[in-house]
Amino acid sequence: MEFTTIGKSVVRKDAAAKVTGKAKYTRDMEPKNMLHAKVLRSTITHGIVKHIDTSKAEAMEGVLKVLTPFNIPSGNFPTAGHPFSLDPAHQDIADRKALTDRVRFYGDEVAAVIAVDELTARKALKLIDVVYEELPFYLDAEEALKEGAVEIHEGSKNITGHNTYTVGDVDIRDAFAQADYIFEDVLEVQPVQHVQMENHVAYAYIEGNGRLVIVSSTQIPHIARRVVSQALNMPISNIRVIKPIIGGGFGNKQDVVVEPLVAVMTVMMNGQPVMYDMDREENISCTRTRHGVRFYMKTGVRKDGRFLAKELRAYGNGGAYAAHGHSIIGKIGGNFYRTYPAELATKYEGFTVYTNCSVAAAMRAYGIPQIAFATEAHVDNIAKEMNIDPIKLREMNMVKEGFKDKLSGVTINTCGLPDIVKKAKEYLHWDEKIKEYANQTGEIRRGVGMAIFSYPTATWPVALEIGGARIVMNQDGGVQLQMGATEIGQGAATVFSQMAAETIGIPYEKVNFEEFTDTDIAPFDTGAYASRQSYVGGKAVKKAALEVKDKLLTRASVLLSLEKGDLDTQDGQIIRKDNGQQVASVADIALDSYYNYHTADTIAADVTATVETNGIAFGGSAAEIEIDMRTGRIEFLKLINIHDSGTILNHMLAEGQVHGGMSMSLGYALSEVMLYDQKTGKPLNNNLLDYKLPTLMDTPSLDVSFVEPYEPTGPYGNKALGEPPTVPTAAAIRNAVLQATGVKVNVLPMNPQTLFEHFLDAGLIEEA
Amino acid sequence: MLKKITMTVNGVKRTVEIDVRESLLDVLRDKLGLTSVKQGCGVGECGACAVLIDGVSINTCIYLASWADGKEIRTVEGLEQDGKLSSVQQAFVDGGAVQCGFCIPGFVISATELKEKKQSYSREEIRRALSGHLCRCTGYQKIVEATEKALEED
Repeated sequence: MEFTTIGKSVVRKDAAAKVTGKAKYTRDMEPKNMLHAKVLRSTITHGIVKHIDTSKAEAMEGVLKVLTPFNIPSGNFPTAGHPFSLDPAHQDIADRKALTDRVRFYGDEVAAVIAVDELTARKALKLIDVVYEELPFYLDAEEALKEGAVEIHEGSKNITGHNTYTVGDVDIRDAFAQADYIFEDVLEVQPVQHVQMENHVAYAYIEGNGRLVIVSSTQIPHIARRVVSQALNMPISNIRVIKPIIGGGFGNKQDVVVEPLVAVMTVMMNGQPVMYDMDREENISCTRTRHGVRFYMKTGVRKDGRFLAKELRAYGNGGAYAAHGHSIIGKIGGNFYRTYPAELATKYEGFTVYTNCSVAAAMRAYGIPQIAFATEAHVDNIAKEMNIDPIKLREMNMVKEGFKDKLSGVTINTCGLPDIVKKAKEYLHWDEKIKEYANQTGEIRRGVGMAIFSYPTATWPVALEIGGARIVMNQDGGVQLQMGATEIGQGAATVFSQMAAETIGIPYEKVNFEEFTDTDIAPFDTGAYASRQSYVGGKAVKKAALEVKDKLLTRASVLLSLEKGDLDTQDGQIIRKDNGQQVASVADIALDSYYNYHTADTIAADVTATVETNGIAFGGSAAEIEIDMRTGRIEFLKLINIHDSGTILNHMLAEGQVHGGMSMSLGYALSEVMLYDQKTGKPLNNNLLDYKLPTLMDTPSLDVSFVEPYEPTGPYGNKALGEPPTVPTAAAIRNAVLQATGVKVNVLPMNPQTLFEHFLDAGLIEEA
Repeated sequence: MLKKITMTVNGVKRTVEIDVRESLLDVLRDKLGLTSVKQGCGVGECGACAVLIDGVSINTCIYLASWADGKEIRTVEGLEQDGKLSSVQQAFVDGGAVQCGFCIPGFVISATELKEKKQSYSREEIRRALSGHLCRCTGYQKIVEATEKALEED
């Protein structure tokens, strides 16, 4: 497919604004009469609020109001950034209140102070006395499921959701019976946190006409609007949500975290603006996390290495509230089946469990970094036991083009895995290195490893996929592009602008994208999640742009007395198709559309697109590492991610997405973990000093490569790219550790402590 | 306790009344409207609030405003000249170093400090010099490359 603007590394629409400080984030726009709020967070992990004494706080100068669970107008609401379901059985669990008298994790929200400034609000929190009745708490999912465990949510048995399926023509027991070997592993990944650089922040006020306005750093403005409507029992038309420029989200802002609270506050303050800006410490342990998951994985393998039967039980630690419910552990099940389809049968059982940990929900790639680590580690373990080359084992078992997914009904149209594996082998000089690094001894050892994955671009058929776009052509032939899809830092504004320019036939610079998403103005779209926006929103842009182009050519043909079918657009000009001759400029036609005395009719389109398909993206990572056996420290000699995301819409931005995903996966692999005191349930490392996200000094040089099959279901041949880079890197590093040392590390993170203990157990080192 | 301080901010002499306990971050944002100065942690861990104080990149969340009395302060709002981005800003834009952008003013400030020292730096030295800034979007790769490019230019 030949493109003019798609695929070009054009500069981001918002880059200049962001290097000059002109970009306005939520906190940068506060009205002058702003009030500020801080939240009193529980100092116990599980229990009941028996009494709150707010009298001393209320008496403090500068304090306007103290809110408790007993004096606020808020009902229960769900928080997940999912489209609303018309089927009550599929609606998200509404288990949250703006403030709670039932504490379910350390730091749960029990009271709030509204004051003239943040410092006053913070001081007033210390004057609030709370009496609690404590209950036993559970930090481990399987502990919370034990007989007799106290229910964290009444009637739930501590299960948020239970996913099961069996697929295959053969009974699962018979399938395992046909296998020559059966391999089992217990694998475990830790909870981690998004640590987007801008903390959650929102403010709300009521306009003179009585409408509630919420300005929020959110990925999902239209969903936030609906959830606030549920929480406050207020008509959706009375609510307006504005999303300014966003300082990162990664799924943490795909939940409704602060919006209901600021809405309640302004309602209680007669509409005066009230802001709540979280501290970093609150943001790490009191917003959302990536689920920690324990996997019991079993594979039945034929002598030649072919997987005949697969079975997985997964326990996802969902934390204190349902948030995204069982959809993440459900997605894990779909992925388990798809990436390496078993010849005979596959069985899955996934539990999403309430515990008293921080709330787990969406984080970049929605369960797939978890299952990809487990799967890829398990595959390498099998390869080692069977003495088969791990890449050959992958090639023999990995999913292929044309595969029809029996769970989702989606067919894989394009699959770059064979090319990805080939590139990874070449990059690592695999065959030579595998030999060179075999049977090493000594204190410094080297290894190579790789991992692959598959990844659905959008959420279909699990959820509705809908996106809206509006294009209005200006008098000079430039256009305004408005969408409900949100720019959160990933570059959506830029690639949507490229799409509009491509299809209308005008220069990229002539497209203005409104980066603030205002639910009063922006067409409906469910927002930034999955890797859906360029796929679903992209389809809407293409539809609107085609309509604009059609109107443009219709007007041109009338004005120029030429056949419409003979005309086309190119780089802002109207041209003749046969000889490329310019017959008018787009600007000429646009100006006429505004001011023609008889036929003025501005050129615009306002469309909605739905998608009832899903493009499956693929990728892999390859690592060459060096380990110091004495310290358990890993250094990188080489690290690459290779992606099949279909057409790459902007190579410079795409590389940036991949680098960021690799960095997040490096943290997952080596250093990041949410730690809780086992005796009290208190978070131990909810700050940037003790929570070890990779710094510049921890991050090696990152290589990126793409294979680009044209995906027929994508509007421009494109598939997922936003999330996939976070998936494979950790497993590739883990498999390099296995190759270097022969030690199977089935847990993350592989920090020096973990590696030291594993090497000690394997007898590779001795305790000093 | 309130106190008057005088600083040169992006080339303009400014006298402001401050609470002696206030951070320079709060004064620059709330009293002077310089919203490029971002708060990511409030305790000197992330580097998003760095500005140039007498040419040195410093985290303003842990720098008292009263210490800035008599000092020269520069933020990214003051780096453009004659409608043109500085070489560091331009390199960040052209090199795709910007994603969500929340950490970017801090990185631009530290890269500008390096640029103004007029020395040559190895990539490793650049990495070390910028390592006080956290970024979750970019894996730092294009930030380092853009800084390297800006430092190579005259």
